[in-house]
Amino acid sequence: MTTTTTTPGPVTRVRNAARANWLFIALGAVAVVSLVRIVTDTNDLTSVGTIRAAIIATCPILMAGLGGLWAERAGVVNIGLEGQMVLGTWGAAFFTYHSGSPWVGILGAALLGMIGGLLHAIATVTFGVDHIVSGVAINLIGVGATTYLAEATFTDLEGGGPRQLIGLPTPTTIDRIPGISGSAADLADKHWFFISDVASFVAALTTKISLLSLVIFALVVASGWILWKTSFGLRLRSCGENPQAAETLGVNVYLYKYVAVLISGAMAGIGGGFLALVASSGFSTNQTNGRGYIGLAAMIFGNWRPGGLLAGALTFGYTDSLRLRDTHAVHSLLLLVAVALIAITVLRVVRRQIAGAVAMAVPGAALLVWFLSTDSVPRDFTSMTPYVTTLFVLALGTQRLRMPAADGRPYRKGSAG
Amino acid sequence: MKSFNPRAIGLALLGPAIAIVASVLVTTLVIAAVGSSPGDFWSTMFDFPKPRSRVDIINQTAMIYTAAVAAAIGFRMGLFNIGLEGQYTLASYAAAAFAGGAYLSGFANVFVSLLIAIAVGAAWSAIAGILKTTRGVSEVISTIMLNSIAITLVGYLLNKYGVHEGNTVHTTRIDLVSGWTPFENRDGEIWTLVIIAILAGVGFWVLLNKTRFGFDLRASGQSETVAKASGVNPHRMIITAMALSGGVAGLIWMPALFGKATNFGLGTTFQAGLGFLGIAVALLGRNRPIGMLFGALLFAYLSVKSNDLTFATDVSPSIVQITQGVAVLAVVVAYEVVRRWRARLEQRVVSQELGTATEATA
Repeated sequence: MTTTTTTPGPVTRVRNAARANWLFIALGAVAVVSLVRIVTDTNDLTSVGTIRAAIIATCPILMAGLGGLWAERAGVVNIGLEGQMVLGTWGAAFFTYHSGSPWVGILGAALLGMIGGLLHAIATVTFGVDHIVSGVAINLIGVGATTYLAEATFTDLEGGGPRQLIGLPTPTTIDRIPGISGSAADLADKHWFFISDVASFVAALTTKISLLSLVIFALVVASGWILWKTSFGLRLRSCGENPQAAETLGVNVYLYKYVAVLISGAMAGIGGGFLALVASSGFSTNQTNGRGYIGLAAMIFGNWRPGGLLAGALTFGYTDSLRLRDTHAVHSLLLLVAVALIAITVLRVVRRQIAGAVAMAVPGAALLVWFLSTDSVPRDFTSMTPYVTTLFVLALGTQRLRMPAADGRPYRKGSAG
Repeated sequence: MKSFNPRAIGLALLGPAIAIVASVLVTTLVIAAVGSSPGDFWSTMFDFPKPRSRVDIINQTAMIYTAAVAAAIGFRMGLFNIGLEGQYTLASYAAAAFAGGAYLSGFANVFVSLLIAIAVGAAWSAIAGILKTTRGVSEVISTIMLNSIAITLVGYLLNKYGVHEGNTVHTTRIDLVSGWTPFENRDGEIWTLVIIAILAGVGFWVLLNKTRFGFDLRASGQSETVAKASGVNPHRMIITAMALSGGVAGLIWMPALFGKATNFGLGTTFQAGLGFLGIAVALLGRNRPIGMLFGALLFAYLSVKSNDLTFATDVSPSIVQITQGVAVLAVVVAYEVVRRWRARLEQRVVSQELGTATEATA
């Protein structure tokens, strides 16, 4: 480094190029889905109903992933998201029932998640326990505490039982936005290539959508802004990249890690609250069913960035929602994945990466054969989709991902030379 | 271990002692907070178990201990095999389906079924090992995903090939291996295949302390660079350790299958959750064969005795899950505190000895 002044030009250009890239990928994905929809004649693939279900399935995963993002950006791996989320489901139900307001319930969910986060912070930050070990223990405590608390507090309530509490008030739903909802729905019904798919998406976002879903999408934007555009966020991320350097610059690393893990727990808790209040008819024990882990996977998929996390969560949410719908739609999904794999194969052949091309061509061809030789896919296989997708994506993309440099490493105050 | 040092033993026991105090304290507080009586709870839990419970505790201890050994094989080398749950579910199904097919008779059938359980468990967990070595995927995430895939896969296979009875599905019934009845017949029997746990424990100790592989395993766990420098192939070690861990995991439920269950049915005869308990017990016992034995006994005792709570108190049996979770978290924190304290003590001793040495030469 000989010069201290750098022109902002190239950096901005690179960033804009990256942003354009994301947009390009998103539009390309919509186009491929649209093509498959028309070829296989399954309009349910992007119907307003499917997209609405996908958004509902996305939100909890998104919140868990956001929780992971906050913690890992500060250098703490939080496997305990699942436990914090499950605590959130109980918190939402308990506080909603006793206050009568679902928004107080969401705050309660955040509070319970935060308690789980506090435990994780005490163990990993103050005492330097291995992050995975502490997370595993917190998941045990979270599931145990929720089961016990539900039996102790919901059994005698109206609509309650030892393992559930239903009939809770739900957060406000926005029925329709005049001018947009109607025309978008009309356009979606035309089943035109591309345009109708985008219209479906707009219609789902503006009709009968829970206000909490919109709050969650806003939280993603807010998290991205705080972490990357404020000095607070810069300091927090410096704890995840190089805590010793941060310490020498006067950053209170312990404090930032605590704040990050507490926010992380709160986010996961809100995700649990969404599950109990919006995604289903009420609280039930073990409602999260591994979504905390899926959220973590979505975050890794998204390369520890909010935009990528959103893309990951939408992918998982979409596949997750399809299994609840028409089996024919899932069958078309086979063609979708086959087309995607073959597209990657072609790309690799062009780039002369022959080994990589073969690795893509084999599953691609197998899926194509499967699609052509059958009429439907067993439901069990559909519910496997998010997990198999995660494995595939990680196996293909891990080398290109870059996690925070000091993520998961122990740090002790005063260790900077 | 060379000399009898009361202080070293005291320090080693300090961790578990802190953990027990913490979990007792938290459990008591939680029970009091929801308005039940902690006194009733503890007196029921400390009541000496009836013969029937004693038999159950031994059987459960064996299964939890096998699971803990499986987890510890990975932990000792710094691998987090969170996928025990999926590995033993898939392996248990495969073994039960094979045994139900009755291709062989008597002990040959049991023996080959056990081999199948080992092979399936090992193969499933080797996937995570291969993904880690060839593609750099963290085993934590991949084993978690493989858990969910395995459980769904078993559901599908069971639905397709299982025996449908009313609302339930299970594999074909098999002949049980008769066990040992220490009390009266109605108190149940200790299953023959409990012996698997003993073999796993002894095998684990021999493997770690008496074989080159065990040395390489521990060396890789302590420092990968040092292990590599001394000629250990890290990729092969990772895949072997994962496969070994999964192979032992495959055996977890086998005592119950041939002792009592007669078939594999999700949500009916099959006991889920042993994989996670095993991970907890491995952490509790610091991956040591004896430490894990005490941990497994404690967890089995808590689980079995908690059934008495339903009749004697208004505390729900699920409270022991909190006790177990807090014990694990408290023990790992306590070990870390003790480790730091011991390091400081050693530093002080060293600096004192160095101080006197320099004085002597001066």
